[in-house]
Amino acid sequence: MRKEIKKALLLVLVFLICFWLPVGFRRFDGAVLEALHLIRWYAREHVLLCLIPAFFIAGAIGVFVRQDAVMRHLGAKAPKAIAYGVAAVSGTVLAVCSCTVLPLFAGIYRMGAGLGPACAFLYSGPAINVLAIVLTARVLGLELGIARAVGAVLFSVVIGLGMHAIFKHEQDDRGPVAALPVTPEGRHLWQDAALLVAMVGVLIFANWARSGDVRAAFLCCPGGLNTFEVEGRIVSQSEESITVETPTGRRQDIPSGQLQSVGAREPGAVYNRVHQARWGIVLGLLILLGVMIARWSSRDERREWVSTSWGFAGQILPLLLLGVAAAGFLLGRPGHGGMIPARYIEMLVGGSPDALLATSGLAGTLLESFLRSTWMFWTNFAASLLGAFMYFATLTEVPALQALLGAGMGKGPALALLLAGPALSLPNMLVIRSVIGTKKTVVFTVLVVTMATLTGMVYGALMG
Amino acid sequence: MKIQVLGTGCPKCSKLAENAATAAAEAGLDVELVKVSELNDILAFGVMMTPALAVDGEVKVVGKVPSVADIKAMLV
Repeated sequence: MRKEIKKALLLVLVFLICFWLPVGFRRFDGAVLEALHLIRWYAREHVLLCLIPAFFIAGAIGVFVRQDAVMRHLGAKAPKAIAYGVAAVSGTVLAVCSCTVLPLFAGIYRMGAGLGPACAFLYSGPAINVLAIVLTARVLGLELGIARAVGAVLFSVVIGLGMHAIFKHEQDDRGPVAALPVTPEGRHLWQDAALLVAMVGVLIFANWARSGDVRAAFLCCPGGLNTFEVEGRIVSQSEESITVETPTGRRQDIPSGQLQSVGAREPGAVYNRVHQARWGIVLGLLILLGVMIARWSSRDERREWVSTSWGFAGQILPLLLLGVAAAGFLLGRPGHGGMIPARYIEMLVGGSPDALLATSGLAGTLLESFLRSTWMFWTNFAASLLGAFMYFATLTEVPALQALLGAGMGKGPALALLLAGPALSLPNMLVIRSVIGTKKTVVFTVLVVTMATLTGMVYGALMG
Repeated sequence: MKIQVLGTGCPKCSKLAENAATAAAEAGLDVELVKVSELNDILAFGVMMTPALAVDGEVKVVGKVPSVADIKAMLV
């Protein structure tokens, strides 16, 4: 009976939503179109050459790399200095999917190297897994991709050491000794490494874009009057706008009204030669890869590899599709509007406080100079805090960030959100709390938000 | 006989539970299949890489999904 009542309530709710569906309002219609545009853009630009190879690489890491060899350095008897280093970078190998991060974190804390390395792993793991790095670099640009990986690794050690220093005198509540996975000795380490290098090579060369031959300067972003520059090649040109594609594959639509200048630029010769030869290189690598796999791996391993890769695809693609649709609907593509006006994003986490000052009428008051001098801090802090509590399903932080950057978010806050986002979320804090207790969870959260804010501020100051 | 599947609910864990059930049915064994999904309970087994499989409390496989044939070999 209760089931039927629930069903009836649900039906009523759906009916009410349909009844008042705001079809026909320009903003809503535009937002739906934006979502569809963004979905098509991802499908065309990112699935075949980027995500699919990345799924195979992630699968290969799960199957071919001997994880016990890595785990040994995170065990209870491992030297501390090595444990921190390994914890900071091992996310690439161990945390292929974000659902394995928490058990590993708990394991390292209880049965392995202890609180410090466990926290380092928890912070960097979700940020440096192969899929996250590849998609971040591809969609948001190479420099943000690299900044994310480097920032995550460096600051994970700082956070780990911080946690260790603060809770040095706590009683140890170690559990039983860990049961490490035992994989039979088959290949040498260099053979595993060669397999991975070849696969990553395929990914890099298949995505090799031509270097830019033009440099365009334009005024950007809603409300702002800053001059931005992009380097790349012109992919389309019309009366209303031109589109420039950067070497990292990002496309920038520039409306003619905002365009200031377009000039020629010396193309990089080596870069372009690699671009011309890229399919030859990819083919060669694929053949090499085929030979290595045929000679060095067993039938079972190959079958497991395909099924693991397939598992990742089935698990991540639907979530990513939803994430892209939501990002497109709420914020739209760069330069276009979604449901949330870009102005609000600009007011909260924009590159400068101009939007906020103009809207709030605070311009010219005492508060203006205060806001201007502390703006970097506020925006990065807001982005970190938002990231720490919000839940991002695997990889969906990327389309979310893309939409936010398009709506005028500064680069510093973007990095802050990328760093604090996947490492923490409200649901995941509850699980962490059940493992290390309330006090340590609070301290960890504070450290993560502080570190993400600082990194964002430094990056924002460097990159403008 | 008691089979415990350790995992926090990721797709791999359900796959392992499915394989274990099939293996037990094929071997004609009467087993009790338990899913252990609480993180602290999983840790009590000394396991940190999920999914994992334990038979009568003894951990047999850690960090991967064994095939039906492999599980059958562990049960008999």
